[in-house]
Amino acid sequence: MDLVRIKNVEKKYKNGVTAIYDLNLAIEKGAFVFVIGGSGSGKSTLIKMLYREEKPTKGQIIVGGLDVAKLKNRKVYKLRRKLGIVFQDYRLLPKQTVYENVAFALEVIGAKKDEIRVKVLKALEDVGLKHKLHEYPDHLSGGEQQRVAIARAIVNDPKLLLCDEPTGNLDPDMSMEIMKVLEDINEKRGTTIIMVTHDKDIVNKMKKQVITLKEGRLVNFKKKGTYNNEAI
Amino acid sequence: MKPFRMLGRSIRDAFKSVVRNFSLSLASISCITITLIIVAVAVIASFNVQNFTKEIERDMTIVVFLENDSTEEDVEIVKEKLEKTANVESYKFQSKIEVKKQMQAESEVFDRVLEEWEDDESPLKDTFQVKVKEIEKIGKTANAIQAIEKVSVVRYGEGMVEKMVTAFSSIEKVTYGIVIALVLVTIFLIINTIKLTISARKREIGIMRLVGASNFTIKTPFIVEGMILGVFGSIIPIIISTYGYLVFYNHFEGYLFSELIQLIKPEPFMYMTSLIVLVIGILVGMIGSASAVKKYLKV
Repeated sequence: MDLVRIKNVEKKYKNGVTAIYDLNLAIEKGAFVFVIGGSGSGKSTLIKMLYREEKPTKGQIIVGGLDVAKLKNRKVYKLRRKLGIVFQDYRLLPKQTVYENVAFALEVIGAKKDEIRVKVLKALEDVGLKHKLHEYPDHLSGGEQQRVAIARAIVNDPKLLLCDEPTGNLDPDMSMEIMKVLEDINEKRGTTIIMVTHDKDIVNKMKKQVITLKEGRLVNFKKKGTYNNEAI
Repeated sequence: MKPFRMLGRSIRDAFKSVVRNFSLSLASISCITITLIIVAVAVIASFNVQNFTKEIERDMTIVVFLENDSTEEDVEIVKEKLEKTANVESYKFQSKIEVKKQMQAESEVFDRVLEEWEDDESPLKDTFQVKVKEIEKIGKTANAIQAIEKVSVVRYGEGMVEKMVTAFSSIEKVTYGIVIALVLVTIFLIINTIKLTISARKREIGIMRLVGASNFTIKTPFIVEGMILGVFGSIIPIIISTYGYLVFYNHFEGYLFSELIQLIKPEPFMYMTSLIVLVIGILVGMIGSASAVKKYLKV
């Protein structure tokens, strides 16, 4: 079963720049996919269209049965509840503790207090931060902050986890730590992960599926890929 | 229950936000306070003007004197014709004998002088006191009555009445205009101050959208926050206007300049005015915050 299906998608920005040309893709459930490419390759645009930060100008994007391109602005939350999203800059609330930051994702969708407690503790355990519940993000290292962000992304048990350069701000050791956490989530929870990156080492070590984009076009989609400099 | 839980969270978040962004909240509150004071004064003035315009209009009468030789049958005919005249609300008949008694009771001099006349040779005239429905048309009505047979003289405050009526109605329109303009200005100011609190929380709203909060969930705390600001902003105007009006009313003993201009009694009136001020405060806060948050709910 495909979780994500992209059909004849084109994205042209208002300033006339075309970021994606006629893209066709299918990503199956439970996969771990890297999206790589140079700057201007359209990889960020692709992931933004998946969580409907951007709308495709042409074509169809189906995520977990939802037609993303046709989703109305006020219905976007329905898509977002099926997704977890992790960014390079963590996007945590500085005035709230680790626990509160993760619980926030469940509070705003109206979950019960007991349910929130159980799920938040489970998510924080999965990322190995159960001992730092009451710390504030400022007191954590970059890697730990990113793990909090991952915990927040998975606390709602999403089918799909989108990661936009999650290791972009981290040193190689911390990056590998994050990758282990993500791999764990992929294997234990069965969450499909799509991760945009330009970190060669990570892609080569992990040996996962690799989508390579160049100037808005799909170059190749390999089952056990590596970072191929020539293709980019 | 999910909706109640969400509402509880909204209210809690709204209070937190008011406290957390204290200086900005204070700015919004003072902004609402100042305008609501002016709105309260305008409301009080407007209602008072309306009130004494109505009072004066109610007192306004046309006095109709009949010919001296009118018989009782003539009086009946005039009565019938008065009833048929347009714009006549009601009338009161006073026969010359009644007029005489009234005048005798009023002054000793009149009493002596009038004593010398027998009833049938009295120089006094039978009179009608006519009240009209629409004060603006009082001149026309007076002319119509003048045309009735056996009517000798018709009197009302010619000229003066019309001027007063037009003056009052324009005062009323101006006060309404001021109130509406002030409310609009306040809404505009609230939109801008709440925009500031919101832009400080842009990040939070962005994250809320990312984790799947519906627009309604995101909006509610801000709208509640606007309402809280409105309530706090209306406290001082309510106190000032209520006490101010009480002092004003007692100082002038209920009348302004002359007994003609009667002030509205403060007791039920100030409750109503306070309620109006409170409702305007809450609405202004709500509308302001709702339109300020709109911008951040687009993708």
